[in-house]
Amino acid sequence: MHDIYNFVSGPLVWASFIIFFAGCLYRLISMAVLARKKDVFVYEYMSFKFGLRSILHWITPFGTVKWRKNPFFTIVTFTFHICIIFIPIFLSAHIILWKESWGVSWWYISDTAADVLTIVAIASCIFFLVRRIVLPEVKYLTSISDYVILAIVAAPFITGFWTYHQWPGFRIMGILHIIAGETMLAAIPFTRLIHMIFFPFTRGYMGSEFGAVRHAKDW
Amino acid sequence: MAEPAINKKDEINKVVDEGIDKGIARLTPEKIKQVINKVLASETGARLKAYVETCVHCGLCSEACHYYLSHDNDPKYSPAGKVKQTIWEILKKKGNVDPEFIRNASRIAYTECNLCRRCAMYCPFGIDIAYLMSIVRRLCHMLGVTPLYIQDTAHSHSACLNQMWVKEDEWIDSLFWQEEEAQDEISSLRIPLEKEGAETLYSVIAPEPKFRAQLIYQAAVIMNVAGVDFTMPATPGWDNSDLCMFTGDYEMMGRLKKAHFETAMRLKVKRIVMGECGHAFRSVYDVGNRWLAWKMPPIPIIHAVELYYELLKEGKIKITKKYDKPVTFQDPCNIVRGKGLHEKARYVVNAICEEFIEMHPNREHNYCCCAGGGVINTGPQYKMTRIKGNRIKAEQLFATKARGAKVIIAPCHNCHGGIEDINHHFGLDMELHFLGDIIYKVMEKPE
Repeated sequence: MHDIYNFVSGPLVWASFIIFFAGCLYRLISMAVLARKKDVFVYEYMSFKFGLRSILHWITPFGTVKWRKNPFFTIVTFTFHICIIFIPIFLSAHIILWKESWGVSWWYISDTAADVLTIVAIASCIFFLVRRIVLPEVKYLTSISDYVILAIVAAPFITGFWTYHQWPGFRIMGILHIIAGETMLAAIPFTRLIHMIFFPFTRGYMGSEFGAVRHAKDW
Repeated sequence: MAEPAINKKDEINKVVDEGIDKGIARLTPEKIKQVINKVLASETGARLKAYVETCVHCGLCSEACHYYLSHDNDPKYSPAGKVKQTIWEILKKKGNVDPEFIRNASRIAYTECNLCRRCAMYCPFGIDIAYLMSIVRRLCHMLGVTPLYIQDTAHSHSACLNQMWVKEDEWIDSLFWQEEEAQDEISSLRIPLEKEGAETLYSVIAPEPKFRAQLIYQAAVIMNVAGVDFTMPATPGWDNSDLCMFTGDYEMMGRLKKAHFETAMRLKVKRIVMGECGHAFRSVYDVGNRWLAWKMPPIPIIHAVELYYELLKEGKIKITKKYDKPVTFQDPCNIVRGKGLHEKARYVVNAICEEFIEMHPNREHNYCCCAGGGVINTGPQYKMTRIKGNRIKAEQLFATKARGAKVIIAPCHNCHGGIEDINHHFGLDMELHFLGDIIYKVMEKPE
């Protein structure tokens, strides 16, 4: 058990962070090179001002017509995205690990707050799952990979919650939790989770076209 | 689990279309694969890749599409649903699709998407679904599977550089005819042909001389009264329309735009003013110029709405008595999502009409007329596709009518085509006009 723990919390962490950062960098650079080769006009039309204008509207809750038309979805998706980035970074248990390994630490949230946010994150995943199964327009677009991606994202939160509450089998669950977190990090560059990296560029480009060329809003 | 992209048992909208049928008959899986892979390799790159890999299959784009809304939220008509049935499948199978797949893809891309770009405002990632459907059209064009009627207009473009097989002498004759007619009203009126150094080149789409000649008459009256120094060309290059852009024949699109821009250059005009047409505006301002490697058009081009705005704002046109019927305004996608002319258009409408009633949604969020993007040009066999695909427009207009509107103003030929059919089919019973129709009616004219 200890050997496994040391392995997943040692070399595998390194591996997952390297895959995450190097993978994202690779995807970004290779996309930029491809664009330079095949869609060179993207560089011509990309506008910092209008791209940012569009991005800001879309990352503001209720900042677009679409967000206002679907208030419940908007609340869930914003909360969910904030939770999954916020919790792992500001969880006290994670910060202890950082401190033990690297001697660095920063502000963290209380365990109760972390508990609540984790439940929100898991509930959001369930909402997305139900949505995929129930709504015809989402179901039609759904493939197995969509469920797999959702599982990859939900797993660290479910296993983490389990471990923290020391439910039966929590030692194994703890190891699974670390593996799940590493899997998610490593999966980002190579799955549709890449939308995390590509969002500013796809949205920014559409914002540039709409703003600078077409003098219209795209939200 | 989700349905497969193509369900053979589906009742596919079976329309007899010789263009598609004969094109399909000539295809083999090998040929399809070869053409698809060649086009994708040489013409697509980062944008296609990023769009396909970023889409998280969330379905949020669905409610943007008038086809989806009009078909009781049938997911096959959602923007991403159409992408799933076409380009996703093509990429997934690396081009290994059969002729029947291409038949289906061609129907979807040419007749069930107007490339109106409303969905780009509903996808959080700003995925350009119109671009993805344009790729499908480009593939169908390269495979020779285009609907017969729109292909005929493309042939007309390539044979005589205009959309409607208008011969050179017929064009000149139509202008003389309209000039003579208008001289009965204003004796000094001229439609100057080939006037080198004029300030403005006025260009129209071929359906104007062909069957809406009164629009040339009205434009001539407006520009003569306002003292616009304009000219019209007597050579090919006068037509600003471009259905080749919509069939996927980009080589022809390039020829057309080149001819148009060069005509303006030859006449040494300072700018081009174009009639009330949406798709042509998209071609000269956004798509065609890019094919020719012009970031923006090589010569300033403005739409009629902008001209009217200028003339009214500067007082060059005076209104005797405002139009008294309550009007509503149809925002055409290609000049609103394409150039943001919605506020200028409203200025014009308010300047010439007593009462203006907004339809909802409006401006950038207005529903498409379902005729644009070349869909109306695919011919009469797809008329019901357009009408059934835009029940939502009828509902939108009925609601506006209930609030008192009696007249629809649409500064776009395609919007007219689409809304006329909807008006008739759903028994809407509203009048439909161009801005020019009303300006002509209410403006001060010399005795």
